[in-house]
Amino acid sequence: MNKCTERLYNGLVKENPTLVLMLGMCPTLAVTTSAINGLGMGLSTTAVLVMSNLMISALRKIIPDKVRMPAFIVIVASFVTIVELLVKGFLPSLNDSLGIYIPLIVVNCIILGRAEAYASKNPVLPSIFDGIGMGLGFTCSLTMIGLIREIIGAGTAFGAQILPDGYEPFSIFVMAPGAFFVLAILTAIQNKLKLKSATNGDAPKGAEVLACGGNCAECVGETCAKNRTILEQKRDEAEAKKADAKASAAKAFPENADPKAKEGGDKS
Amino acid sequence: MKEMILLLVSTALVNNVVLSQFLGICPFLGVSKKTKTAVGMGSAVIFVVTVASAVASLIYNFILVPTELEYMKTIVFIAVIAALVQLVEMILKKFIPSLYKALGVYLPLITTNCCVLGVALLNVQNSYNFLESVINGLGTSIGFCISIVLMSGIRERIEENDIPHVLKGSPILLITAGLMAIAFCGFAGLI
Repeated sequence: MNKCTERLYNGLVKENPTLVLMLGMCPTLAVTTSAINGLGMGLSTTAVLVMSNLMISALRKIIPDKVRMPAFIVIVASFVTIVELLVKGFLPSLNDSLGIYIPLIVVNCIILGRAEAYASKNPVLPSIFDGIGMGLGFTCSLTMIGLIREIIGAGTAFGAQILPDGYEPFSIFVMAPGAFFVLAILTAIQNKLKLKSATNGDAPKGAEVLACGGNCAECVGETCAKNRTILEQKRDEAEAKKADAKASAAKAFPENADPKAKEGGDKS
Repeated sequence: MKEMILLLVSTALVNNVVLSQFLGICPFLGVSKKTKTAVGMGSAVIFVVTVASAVASLIYNFILVPTELEYMKTIVFIAVIAALVQLVEMILKKFIPSLYKALGVYLPLITTNCCVLGVALLNVQNSYNFLESVINGLGTSIGFCISIVLMSGIRERIEENDIPHVLKGSPILLITAGLMAIAFCGFAGLI
């Protein structure tokens, strides 16, 4: 059971798909014109993610390794079709506002990413919780972005007027450019607070340093984790080097420099 | 004829696929580091999207509609696109090796580009006929190519600039994309 709660925490905070892994950018930017749209999109994606994780995890020993990608895509596409029909039948207004983005959940890299990185290697129960955690993390960040855009762009929250009538809404925030600006500000805040993210910090310039070559189109989530370990190693190496340099520079005064150099050496 | 040209211009510029419909953001941010790679990605997308929208339109109108399996379109389209990309790769490798070399690694990446599936689904949603679907695919992918090449040009300049530390990495990219989106809003008066 402990493992399950750990998966929830991991999805919601530690590896939040939108804010930390920067996955699934298309729906994040496109449907967050209001908080309710963000919530709807997030929950639809969560449903697909949980069901596909369950299915893929259950079938992980049957699917041959060579055809796993096409198999995963077909499984995901089936669940997306189910969700699409359910939304069309029971929530027609949500279907109108999300439109084409519901079938496009198929190509959302969070889903294939989790299938490849987690569900295809782990038992059913943790995989379900991984899906719930990741899905809720996605839902929370989408709702948050939607809420910010709705408040600034229309003065409302979940459709209810919250800012005074005298407030002149910045309608650009509910239009296309606003999506980019809000996400830019959120990632800038994340950089400022030095919270973990796939893109913050000083990434090494050469593309070959990163496991995915800095190519997001190819990314299936797992590579982000690899990148992080590579970056951490690099940082440790740099720190060790610095400590070495300090130690050699301060050879004249060994009693001052020694403890620091030792600390740096221990870390690496 | 006039409607076709209007459709081409409106999909390429007015309703730009990246900057106003948010399809294909991942390659737009990921593969736009250098102009050369951006041109490669852009031309590969033009090729695949045009062919994919033609094939998807044929399959939908002549197989799915007569058999009343329209609700299967998402599954069928994604399978068709994946197979098509593989097929295009093999054909190019065999018959036009120079083009294959030029497109290189970008071809397989296109399967995960949501603008391919997006265009196929939009064609169905707007009930375009075969010719309109092809034009829509061509226009959309030209729009993608224009925006990714522009973005890569701007990024090459940004590299040289002194950016505040917090904005380094993706924030400055997103702000650039936002400003480009505002600029593309100006095309709205075109039609």
